[in-house]
Amino acid sequence: MKTVSGTNRRRFLLAAGSGLLGTATMALADPLGPPITKSRVVIARDPQLRKAGSGIDSSRILGLLDKAVQTAFDRDTAQEAWRQFVRPGEVVGLKVNCLAGRGCSTNSALVDAICERLQQAGVKDIVIWDRLNSDLESAQFRINEKEKGIRCFGNDTLGYEDELAIQGSIGSLLSKTLTQVCDAVINLPMLKDHSIAGVTMALKNSFGAIHNPNKYHPQGGNPYIADVNMIPQIRRKIRLHICDATTAQYEGGPSFMPQWTWPYNGVLVSLDPVALDYTGWQIIERKRAEKGMKSLKEMKREPAYIATAADANHRLGTNDPNRIEVVNV
Amino acid sequence: MKQWTDTAGTAGCDRRSFLKTAALPCLAMCAGTFGGAQGLLASESDAQFVREAQFYEKLPYKKIKCKLCPRECVIDDRERGYCGARENRGGTYYTLVHSRVVTAHIDPIEKKPFFHFLPGAMAFSLATAGCNVNCKMCQNWEISQVRPEQVRSTYAPPEKIAALAQQNRCPVVAYTYSEPVIFYEYMMDTARAAHEAGIRSAVVTGGYVAQDPLKKLCKSVDAIKVDLKAYSETFYKEVVNGELKPVLNALVTIRKLGMWNEIVYLVVPTLNDSDQEFKGLARWVRSELGLDVPLHFSQFHPEYLLKNLPPTPLATLERAKAIADAEGLHYVYIGNVPGHPAESTYCPKCRRVVVERVGYTIGAMHLKNGKCQYCQQPIAGVWS
Repeated sequence: MKTVSGTNRRRFLLAAGSGLLGTATMALADPLGPPITKSRVVIARDPQLRKAGSGIDSSRILGLLDKAVQTAFDRDTAQEAWRQFVRPGEVVGLKVNCLAGRGCSTNSALVDAICERLQQAGVKDIVIWDRLNSDLESAQFRINEKEKGIRCFGNDTLGYEDELAIQGSIGSLLSKTLTQVCDAVINLPMLKDHSIAGVTMALKNSFGAIHNPNKYHPQGGNPYIADVNMIPQIRRKIRLHICDATTAQYEGGPSFMPQWTWPYNGVLVSLDPVALDYTGWQIIERKRAEKGMKSLKEMKREPAYIATAADANHRLGTNDPNRIEVVNV
Repeated sequence: MKQWTDTAGTAGCDRRSFLKTAALPCLAMCAGTFGGAQGLLASESDAQFVREAQFYEKLPYKKIKCKLCPRECVIDDRERGYCGARENRGGTYYTLVHSRVVTAHIDPIEKKPFFHFLPGAMAFSLATAGCNVNCKMCQNWEISQVRPEQVRSTYAPPEKIAALAQQNRCPVVAYTYSEPVIFYEYMMDTARAAHEAGIRSAVVTGGYVAQDPLKKLCKSVDAIKVDLKAYSETFYKEVVNGELKPVLNALVTIRKLGMWNEIVYLVVPTLNDSDQEFKGLARWVRSELGLDVPLHFSQFHPEYLLKNLPPTPLATLERAKAIADAEGLHYVYIGNVPGHPAESTYCPKCRRVVVERVGYTIGAMHLKNGKCQYCQQPIAGVWS
């Protein structure tokens, strides 16, 4: 495989050496390693998250985020928890999901809260990014390509690498934002139904890092979604998954369909994207059942890529409910 | 400067040097005619490339179903089809590549290859970005497997293409390099403008197209070359990301409608090169299309996602030709092997050379009014 990484080697080694690369997932991936630990998925919810008649309450979303991240890392303070996966001086990318516009994209109040905590953890250079500037703008993000601090731009700003990244069924050019700008990435997907893939959460959000996602939707995205997440630059750089479930959608995705969204008022946090996706999928299935809708399996769009991501060829995490520790806070 | 291949050809230069010159290398030949040597970056004005697409169905909740190719993508609002060149915007489907040329060259028609269609003619050849399949051996993936906004492009409306072809004494406009089916509207409008200027149109396609648009296309263009990638569904599924059956159906329709048609079969070592497959293909051509459809067995060169395979051995190509010859096909060629005797056209009756070729160059022609000058056997094709 021939790809270009902009991360300087020293920075990468520092990060790897300091155990910042998803230890829970790595433990699961090593059959000869220590006793297998469970993958923890934290579900944090707050029924008071929304101000009456308006959007997300910024102080409450910060509190919700703290609860979730502290629980995920078993830390007493937010700062301690955030320092488990980012280091001062790193450039941290926030991979949002803005395809659905303002209605059902990664919430800017949640992103603001994450930026606040990153800055307190010593991260001064943050890049909010997605596929296109127009997608970001439609989700109420303001494009800022130049100023240091908190930048925000789509892949169309820097473009893609020239050399193909080839991994399993995938042959793609990687976003330069991922390869040349970000030392680390926090993945910020939505909790959503997807008319082709079944659901779209942590694993599928990585499609925003390649130039040709349109080629990888056949067969419900299986095995493509799992294969994309095996691309080393993607796998190594994503440090944490924080799924925005403040507003969730159980049918009609990925486009915003207000009739099928509901205020879940929560976030899901995990180091393990497979466990997170499996857990989120069950939330969507429960909501569909509550609404009298057929399951995704009955609709012939069960998200099979989640199991593929967990199989012996991928080992990106676990989809075995017995090996997933769901913690509700 | 990269010379794009017509789907089955050989790559000419390294990719990096291509990227620097991808915006209309043809400008070198047509200086000033595209509004400045820098061309026009697509991002400067996307609106001029956007037209409502043909062949789609509106579905509830602002979804659409594309009916242009057999894939029939169902596409949500703000999403694109598999080709990457068509987008659903609020429940209306748009092509994003009308007049959005990513490369243009003046090529010999033999490079397409067409061997029985105006031999020796120069073809004004163009492409937009995008493709409705994803062949692992694609020679032109840098333009076919990207979205329109990911490569430099130039605004070149149909009338301008017709005028450029005329100015450069090209009797043919060829739609090639990527997949013209995905720039269908632009191709149709350009074919119309070209015809008005007395210029013919030739299409180089994978043939993965729905029947209705194909029938309409056949009324508007003059020749179609189909890249038949294999004669097995397995290969189409695993290597092409498409289906064989609709391509075979397209070939039958093209033939039935009287359109001049040639077939190229890129022979990929170990993947589509068995005797059984060659024989099955030749028999199918004989029974469904007739003996007169030219069949080109072309040499594969490692590219894109199939760099692990060697170039096709000459012996394999000669074996394929021998099998097709034995089935009685009249015009079986070996392609991408310059200087091979099987580049020339032989009279099926007296077996003498009627069109001599070396590479893309025409040597002697021994045809008179479309017949062999030695034995008066009609030679199928469009000769003037």
